[in-house]
Amino acid sequence: MTIPLIQFIDVSKSFGASPVLKGLNLSIYTGEIIVVIGKSGTGKSVLLKHIIGLVQQDSGQILIEGKPLSQLSAVDRKSFYRKLSYMFQDNALFDFMSIYDNIALPLMEDSIFPKHQVKKKVLERMEQLGLIGIEEKFPAQLSGGMRKRVALARALVIDPKIVLFDEPTTGLDPVRKKKVHSMIQEYQKKFEFTAVIVSHDIPEIFNVAQRIAMLDEGTIKFEGSKKDILDSHSKILNDFIEGKDV
Amino acid sequence: MLIKSIEKFGKKILSLLESMGRAILFFLTGMMHIFTLPVQFAKIIDQTWFIGSKSIFVIILTGLFTGMVLGLQGYYSLVKVGSEAALGAAVALTLISELGPVFTAIMVTARAGSSMAAEIGIMRISEQIDALKTMHINPVRFLFSPRIIAAVISFPLLTALFDVVGIIGGFISGSIMLGINQHVYMDTVIQSIKIHDINLGFYKAFAFAVVTTTICCYRGYYTHLYSGFGARGVSLSTTNAVVQSCISIFVFDYIITFFWI
Amino acid sequence: MNKRKIEFYVGLFVSIGILCTGYLFIVLGEISLVRDKQYQVYAFFTSVSGLKTGAKIEMVGVQIGTVSKVSIDKERLLAKVEFRIDKNIELSEDVIASVKTSGIIGQKYIDILPGGSDIMIEPGEEIFNTESSLDIESLVRKFIFNTENK
Repeated sequence: MTIPLIQFIDVSKSFGASPVLKGLNLSIYTGEIIVVIGKSGTGKSVLLKHIIGLVQQDSGQILIEGKPLSQLSAVDRKSFYRKLSYMFQDNALFDFMSIYDNIALPLMEDSIFPKHQVKKKVLERMEQLGLIGIEEKFPAQLSGGMRKRVALARALVIDPKIVLFDEPTTGLDPVRKKKVHSMIQEYQKKFEFTAVIVSHDIPEIFNVAQRIAMLDEGTIKFEGSKKDILDSHSKILNDFIEGKDV
Repeated sequence: MLIKSIEKFGKKILSLLESMGRAILFFLTGMMHIFTLPVQFAKIIDQTWFIGSKSIFVIILTGLFTGMVLGLQGYYSLVKVGSEAALGAAVALTLISELGPVFTAIMVTARAGSSMAAEIGIMRISEQIDALKTMHINPVRFLFSPRIIAAVISFPLLTALFDVVGIIGGFISGSIMLGINQHVYMDTVIQSIKIHDINLGFYKAFAFAVVTTTICCYRGYYTHLYSGFGARGVSLSTTNAVVQSCISIFVFDYIITFFWI
Repeated sequence: MNKRKIEFYVGLFVSIGILCTGYLFIVLGEISLVRDKQYQVYAFFTSVSGLKTGAKIEMVGVQIGTVSKVSIDKERLLAKVEFRIDKNIELSEDVIASVKTSGIIGQKYIDILPGGSDIMIEPGEEIFNTESSLDIESLVRKFIFNTENK
């Protein structure tokens, strides 16, 4: 059995008096696309934010390749975070910066790369995502679909090993949705990153997913492949997929 | 009943202390990151443009009318005791050590401070601040440090502009409209102003720059803690930022004047 | 707004600001950009009530300097006043410095009565002859006493 890349063990987290995660267990393996589904407000984003360190768990552990994240040395933790990238629900692009500056930002502030290399990388990603020609524009001047692609370009510009997608298709029409999904699939194959996707797009997302986990009431209620889901007779799962109110 | 109200009071004190500590830490982090390399030149220029250059027109207008009303009001007060010749001194002294820095700070807070709070607040609720963190960028350094430098550059310069325009305004209403000899006016201005008063005005401008920028950025940055997520939260933070900045301008004005004189 | 325009406006703003600051400090604050255009002398007075730092020093009605410091000499219990006098004015050692008032409610200033001696006061030396503030109250009292004695 392979060691999971990221493993949640009994992770609990509450904000104030309201618990969000209650003893959550989940394994994420290298190179896979795992999709987390679940009702709104069940803590799917919180789950992703635990991985990237924006939120700290109250109890339980998160293992990175078998080692607890909290016990990693500062250098190791930093190098782990450097491999991560996060695509936000609302893109979180900076309005006051041009598209080029937005995409270049993760490279610029680290100041590891010389300027011409940054330029090369940014233009390469922009070309791959069909964004050439809008370098000098600002996010507010773009359509929703374009902005999404810019956000994706920004997430991919650092050559991440793990990409966390927080509802990458909210606010897009079905055609664009499909495009984003195939984009994720395509680039995942191309760059071989591990993708964790939080999504509501059932059943389309099942075509993208290699594994699916369902989050409900703070725990993972179901974890398995697409086939497992269709075969399963779990009531909660089926109700959710069919859109019934539980 | 009694215990409950004491409990409530205690909680309030605790949360007050907490937010005070948070504000001070926020301020110190921002100040510290002014000195971490690389210097964020482009952002400082951008912010100076926003805080300083875009305020020129407002400052000229308010400065001119403040000076004119001082000239008018001062003339009719001074003429009663027969010393309208001292009008220049009265206008210049009030402007340079008091009204100049205070009015400039209030105008700039209304113009730039409010939008700082709103902009950073929106960045908070649309997860842009989280996005910075995921890119290993310190959001306080990225957002607050360039703004405080730009404010420290802009406030004193705008104050100087306000003072000069105000003195001209006083000249317009006192000399041109009410007929005080223009040489007497300018002479009393020059005679009455001492380096001491000018320094006081500039110290105030510096202090107001630091205080208002910190309050506005802090309110925006912690929008989610005080006012919640959402457009409502941002508008509340912006209002709070402006009101608290204006109050602190007056409080600091008193404190600085008290210790200076 | 494009970058070069922003830079232009920032440049414009900063230069306007510096011009105004310069005007305030140099013209109104009377900072002399060239140092040592003045030299320092001092004098003792029995009372300088109302005299402030920065007060004018006049000779025959023309300003020739300013008061740079007013302090108390603890041993002699006299007011020590330091003057900054323009370099091109030379004072002879028998000048008389007196504290005077301009106007009725006006400010105190120092008037220097020219002397006739050939010996000049060097920078850093003392003006020996002084006249203190005119104290209206004591004048009135003197006047009343005088009339009673008659």
